[in-house]
Amino acid sequence: MNNTVFGLTMLIVGMGGTLGTLFLITLIIRALCLFFPVRPGAGEETK
Amino acid sequence: MSEAILSALGALFEGARFLFSQGGPNLVMIAVACLMFWLAIAKDVEPLLLLPIAFGCLLVNLPLSEVMHADGVLRTLYDFGIGNELFPLLIFVGIGSMTDFSPLLANPRLLLFGAAGQLGIFITLLLALALGFSKEEAVSVAAIGACDGPTVIYVSNMFAGMERIPTAMVGALAVAAYSYMALVPVIQPPIMRLLTTRKEREVKMASPRGKVSKAALIAFPIVVTAITGIVAPKGLPLMGMIMLGNFMKVTGVVPRLASAAENEIANIATLFLGLAIGGTMAGPQFLTRETLMVFGLGLIAITIDTAGGILLGKLWYLLSGGKVNPLVGAAGISAYPMAARLVQTEGQRWNKHNYLLMHAMAANTGGQIGSVMAAAIMLSLLKGLGII
Repeated sequence: MNNTVFGLTMLIVGMGGTLGTLFLITLIIRALCLFFPVRPGAGEETK
Repeated sequence: MSEAILSALGALFEGARFLFSQGGPNLVMIAVACLMFWLAIAKDVEPLLLLPIAFGCLLVNLPLSEVMHADGVLRTLYDFGIGNELFPLLIFVGIGSMTDFSPLLANPRLLLFGAAGQLGIFITLLLALALGFSKEEAVSVAAIGACDGPTVIYVSNMFAGMERIPTAMVGALAVAAYSYMALVPVIQPPIMRLLTTRKEREVKMASPRGKVSKAALIAFPIVVTAITGIVAPKGLPLMGMIMLGNFMKVTGVVPRLASAAENEIANIATLFLGLAIGGTMAGPQFLTRETLMVFGLGLIAITIDTAGGILLGKLWYLLSGGKVNPLVGAAGISAYPMAARLVQTEGQRWNKHNYLLMHAMAANTGGQIGSVMAAAIMLSLLKGLGII
């Protein structure tokens, strides 16, 4: 495999894979928050 | 008798003779060590790492030093904890224990900034290949874009162990990674101002939603570890250790272990790792054209990371009708919590009533996960392509 093909493969699959995996984790966090909801009104302490 | 005294005295001056006859590269590296001492002590630039690295660099470059010979003290440390990637992983347990993922769980969409903040890794990989680096060298250089010293050391040392990259390159990469992490407050603000309008920088974001439940905080590290194991198993040690540290902290049932991970284990591993990395910086092997290129490409990587995050922020600003401040995107790198604090400072510079810190913390912890995930995916791709 030459360097150009290798680099472009890493760019497309690597960046796409990172974005896709983090998006999947985002969805799972949202699902988690459905089961264990964020408690409203306690946000002040995070300021 | 006089001959014996003269030859004994000659032995004492052998080091000086070496230094002034063929020790030019060593002298340069001793000057580099002094520069690192100055940066660490006078300028507070990553002193935890830079100080031991500089001392290791000094030790290995003193004339006729044997610290990196077989059974030398730095070689022993190197073989004990760098050669098998143990020290970076132990540091990750500490980092996990120090990290608070609750802002991210309160606002999970900001995790995507952590992906955009890794753009520099992959663009730099292309640039390094174009400049003639081998595939393994290019991946190692690109890892600087993760803005994460232990990740860079883990990835590059894996290749050094396979003799695919020179050992001296590990030292150059580590120093470049830690230097640029420390220089984030210098590198990022001009890029932030260049890529955003005043109106965008002044955007006030709504306060975070509230307090995240403990159950979600406990489930999070397990979920991320499981997903990494399934998607990118080659990077599982990296993500597994960071999540182990966090898991111990959030469960609250092993405070002594969490405290040890955060303090004793991380401190000892940092000291030994710094010394051993400094030991790889022997002048004749370190002073090469490639080292200069590594530093140049590292700067490009972090610049593109920042730009990637901000550009995603600008897109989000447009799609949300101006509710997202694009500056938050700049925190999507792994330099935690420095990048988040920088976003807060920069946001308040343009709007005194702006509190971006918790949003930036969410993006910043997303950047930590994103950088490790990007490295994990790169390693798994290399395995899939049959390169490692």
